Amino acid sequence: MAAPLPITVEDLNIYYGDFLAVEDVNVQIMPRSVTALIGPSGCGKSTFLRTLNRMHEVIPGAYAKGRVQIDGENIYDPRVDPVNVRRRVGMVFQKANPFPTMSIRDNVLAGVKLNSRRLAKKDADELLESSLRGANLWEEVKDRLDKPGLGLSGGQQQRLCIARTIAVKPEVVLMDEPCSALDPISTLAIEDLIHEMKQDYTIVIVTHNMQQASRVSDRTGFFNIAGTGKPGHLIEIDDTEKMFTNPAHKQTEDYISGRFG
Amino acid sequence: MSTTDVTPEAAEAPTGSMKRSGRRFGDSVFSNLSIGSGLLIFLTLAAVAIFLTLEAWPAIRASQEFEGTAEFSLIEYTAPYVFGTVLAAVIALIMAIPISMLIALFISHYAPRKMAQGLGYMIDLLAAVPSVVYGLWGGIWLVPRLEPLYMFLNSTFGTWPRWPGFLPWVGGEPVVALFAGDPTAPMRNLASASVVLAVMVLPIITAIAREVFLQTPRLTEEAALALGATKWEVIKTVVLPFGRSGVVAASMLGLGRALGETMAVLMILAPGATFSWHILEVGRHQSIAANIASRQAEASGVDMSLLIFTGLVLFVLTFIINAIARAIVARSGPKS
Repeated sequence: MAAPLPITVEDLNIYYGDFLAVEDVNVQIMPRSVTALIGPSGCGKSTFLRTLNRMHEVIPGAYAKGRVQIDGENIYDPRVDPVNVRRRVGMVFQKANPFPTMSIRDNVLAGVKLNSRRLAKKDADELLESSLRGANLWEEVKDRLDKPGLGLSGGQQQRLCIARTIAVKPEVVLMDEPCSALDPISTLAIEDLIHEMKQDYTIVIVTHNMQQASRVSDRTGFFNIAGTGKPGHLIEIDDTEKMFTNPAHKQTEDYISGRFG
Repeated sequence: MSTTDVTPEAAEAPTGSMKRSGRRFGDSVFSNLSIGSGLLIFLTLAAVAIFLTLEAWPAIRASQEFEGTAEFSLIEYTAPYVFGTVLAAVIALIMAIPISMLIALFISHYAPRKMAQGLGYMIDLLAAVPSVVYGLWGGIWLVPRLEPLYMFLNSTFGTWPRWPGFLPWVGGEPVVALFAGDPTAPMRNLASASVVLAVMVLPIITAIAREVFLQTPRLTEEAALALGATKWEVIKTVVLPFGRSGVVAASMLGLGRALGETMAVLMILAPGATFSWHILEVGRHQSIAANIASRQAEASGVDMSLLIFTGLVLFVLTFIINAIARAIVARSGPKS
């Protein structure tokens, strides 16, 4: 794989029907790094995240205007098939959502079976192991791969979802508050995993937890809204260290210090 | 205070003693009423079962007396009707289930919201049409229009392909025996009855299937979408597996309806009492329910008892189907 290009977002406006939810986002997301998005509830950070793999538009009436270049290709080009975008930009959700009727094994391989139809048994086993290892879950589940995915603990389920996502070998992994429903130990396990994953993937993570943002991310973006009913804006994005010590905008400083103080 | 547990009743009373003052009147009335209603179901079912067994007893006795003679056999009398009932119902389901699934998926996942609503109403309306009306429609309008289709099926699949002659049992017989035989107009055959039964069970299965498909967790569907699933792949990997037990339950409910349906079958089918697989032939089949309805007015004595015995068989059959449905639903629910 050639050195990946940054994700370039230009003039992105995000709508729910007539309502403009996020206005005028212009940002570059660095490849092979972790970018955290923080901000108050309702500021549009999750909405923005979902536009990066065109998941936003699966909500009836929702759409986005603007350009998002991934690997030099605008994913909002009318000729682009959103299905192909999602195969390259994976997503981990707030609540672990393994497929309820599938075993651990089938959960991990579900995406691959969609994308490349047939898979030889040997290749499938290899991919299963490497994906589960990649999600730091292999040792815990290797003896019960045929048990239902729902039988795992919450933290394990979330790592199963990560394994399922990386099994399709995406370039980018989007995470929408992946630890918000987890206990501190499971959270730590996922944060460690995010650290390892940035060797191979571009990661964008939405989080409510600012300590988490400072622990896992290289760069942090701050979203804010002027008030309910107003659109959200990306206030600033910079190196995480600078954002948390010396942000350029007062809003950012207020938000960060308010939460810490 | 003599009591330490704080009950809601106690919290409501702002003044006076907080001691329990017996059960509240409204509470006890309501709980007794609901317990009584629950018991009523049980009693009704028991009453029906007891009635059927008692009234069928003379026929069972008579059958035992004449056992081994050709004069009277309970089994011989009942079996063809059981065969006809089950065959008609199963064929109806084979037609209705796939169409119901497609309609339900269309309503739950493809149709725009307005259209889905309208279609939902229409399905419910279809379920509310009385069976006499279906009987009239089937017998007068549908039967003649099905004739060309039957002739086509009969001439195309009725004789060909055939099993190789050396095979036991089926040697030389057409592979698709269902369409073989000699259909004659008017086509008041089992196939026509099954088509009308299919129309009647369609709304039941569709309505339930739609409900279970709509209950697929949004998050699970999004998981599949985020992996790069197309709409059909979402349905295949998430919606159908999730709804499987509901669909089975719906089908069994439809089967129950088809087994017991009387009027439409009575008005369409020209009766007969054979074990023929030739569903296009007229005067070969009859269902238990339609047989009872057509004969009970003139029956008395042992004849009546005999009809009631067939009713008992239908009752038990429906019971078994329900038990199987429950077992399947319990087994194929979401794994956890």
